[in-house]
Amino acid sequence: MPIVSVIEAVRDTIRSEMKQNPSVFILGEDIGARGGVFLATDGFVELFGPERVIDTPLAESSICGIAIGSAVNGMRPIAEIQFADFVWPAVNQIVGEASKIRYGTYGKKICPMTIRIPYGGGVRGGLYHSQSIEVIFSHTPGLKVVAPATAYDASGLLRSAIRDDDPVIFLEHKKTYRLVKGEVPSDDYTIPLGKAEIKREGEDLTVITYGLMLHYVLQSAVECEKLGISVEVVDLRTLRPIDRETIVKSVSKTGRALIVQEDTAAVSISSEVSAIISEECFFDLDAPIMRLTPLEIPPMPFSPIQESEYLPSKQKITSAVSKLSSI
Amino acid sequence: MTNELNKSRLKKMFRTMLISRALDERVWILNRQGKAAIAASAQGHEASQVACIEALDPSLDHFLIYYRQFTVTLALGTTPEEQLRTFLAKDGEIMSGARQFPLHGSHPRVDLFSFSNVVGTQLPQAVGVALADKMRDSNAVTVVFFGDGAASQGDCHEAMNFASIHSLPVIFFCENNGYAISVPLSKQMAVENISSRAAGYGMPGVLVDGTDIFDVFEATSEAANRARRGEGPTLIESTVERLLPHTTDDDHSKYRRKDDIEGLSRMDPLPITAEKLVSINVLSKSDIQMMEKEAKLIVDDATEKIGNEPYPGVETMLLHSDLEF
Repeated sequence: MPIVSVIEAVRDTIRSEMKQNPSVFILGEDIGARGGVFLATDGFVELFGPERVIDTPLAESSICGIAIGSAVNGMRPIAEIQFADFVWPAVNQIVGEASKIRYGTYGKKICPMTIRIPYGGGVRGGLYHSQSIEVIFSHTPGLKVVAPATAYDASGLLRSAIRDDDPVIFLEHKKTYRLVKGEVPSDDYTIPLGKAEIKREGEDLTVITYGLMLHYVLQSAVECEKLGISVEVVDLRTLRPIDRETIVKSVSKTGRALIVQEDTAAVSISSEVSAIISEECFFDLDAPIMRLTPLEIPPMPFSPIQESEYLPSKQKITSAVSKLSSI
Repeated sequence: MTNELNKSRLKKMFRTMLISRALDERVWILNRQGKAAIAASAQGHEASQVACIEALDPSLDHFLIYYRQFTVTLALGTTPEEQLRTFLAKDGEIMSGARQFPLHGSHPRVDLFSFSNVVGTQLPQAVGVALADKMRDSNAVTVVFFGDGAASQGDCHEAMNFASIHSLPVIFFCENNGYAISVPLSKQMAVENISSRAAGYGMPGVLVDGTDIFDVFEATSEAANRARRGEGPTLIESTVERLLPHTTDDDHSKYRRKDDIEGLSRMDPLPITAEKLVSINVLSKSDIQMMEKEAKLIVDDATEKIGNEPYPGVETMLLHSDLEF
């Protein structure tokens, strides 16, 4: 199997879906001749033409509004929001409109669109190129939210997202784009939305995470093993609908849960995971649920020292795991 | 559609206006009786709406509407019974299963899409509908209705800009009644006419008298022909008066002058249209009286039939949601 980076997996998957299905097209800022600022659509305009690779004006609300209209009228648009930090003007169209189309028309209309959003920090992005924006979408009935961490997952989940009949928010962590590489089969595989995966089996403690943090958690788990702590790692992969079953099964087995996320803690994915564990694993817990998240300040400082202080790291995770396992 | 408004078409249009008015009056009564939760009246907009739809093809074209459009929905072929059911939120409500406000959702027989109460969101969506048509070489036109209030939204600007860049087959049909709930046009924009903005997007902007069915029909026909020829979008501004407050929950005496309100009936499109049709011998005064009676009867029958129907029960609440399966 070829080894590819996350960005290559994303690019290959969009290309193959566009080749297979003439209803799939892409729109967004600088996605044409520039190939996208991260090169996710590099070479696409030459391959598919400007009719299916639409460079839009700098106007996020209408990028999503136009995607909605085309989806309702039979197409399968993939909209790219250049950086997650720029999605806010489009939230009205996504949360207010797209999420309610199937329910609000009693199933007569559907909105099969994918919105790809590069998100996350650790790339010297400062306050406006580092944000995690998953919570507002994960709170919204009618949306699906996907946040893969590996190249294999990115490809299989993106294929499922494009083929799904409902709006899917597809979050790509910017730092994983070139840093993370892995085997990706060249066949047409899909990974079902809504399914977490155990990325490492363990006995003493469960760490639940997603996105870039998965890789820091996996590195930490190797260290913890040397310290005599066996860590099980749950990669959520999909944030809505969240996979309660996998979380509950793992935490019931280990009796200890640490949730690691790059987003701030208040009313976040970690809050939801924590609530699920409290509701369903209370009598199996040997220690309180623990969360490792950044401090509650706007994400995230441009200063390299402050940025790395802000983010969870392998060392911080190892230290949290040690603390939790000793309770 | 031909460009000829013959006698039978004119009669049909006037009949639709009368039924629309009778229904509109009825839902306000039902609201005061505590039976209809809310209504936004189309009274004053009837001529504009019926003439616009008459210039289009309901079997082919797409219609993204907003909340003040009794006459548009009737002209497109929804029945008075279906409409009343949307206001009373009864079981079998055809647009949204009584999940949404009246006339919101979509229709199984025409491509009528009316979605949000966030004003102006339908404009970029309409542009997306038209983009899909262009990609598939369809000959359909997408018409998006909005009021002067929506013209202030950023989505309005973004939609017009994109549609014009890509020469999309869209008609932006603005019903300018001079008020965004209580805020008059002078506080909404520093220009006199919304249609003048079209120049800034590189498309034609047309100003029509929304009480004149001939004027509206001609402008819409021309815009539709232009769109079908692949020449791009048109902005039509149709000036109308809102004869009643914004909705059944509003009181326009708080923000409109007394003499202004008293003078509104001079802009009522029903007597204006009736007079025109009598003067060109399409209808006689007795025809009109008969048609008014018929409209009232239709609405009476529908009211009686629907009044005792049940509301949708909890058993359908999860249908078409993520919890359905």
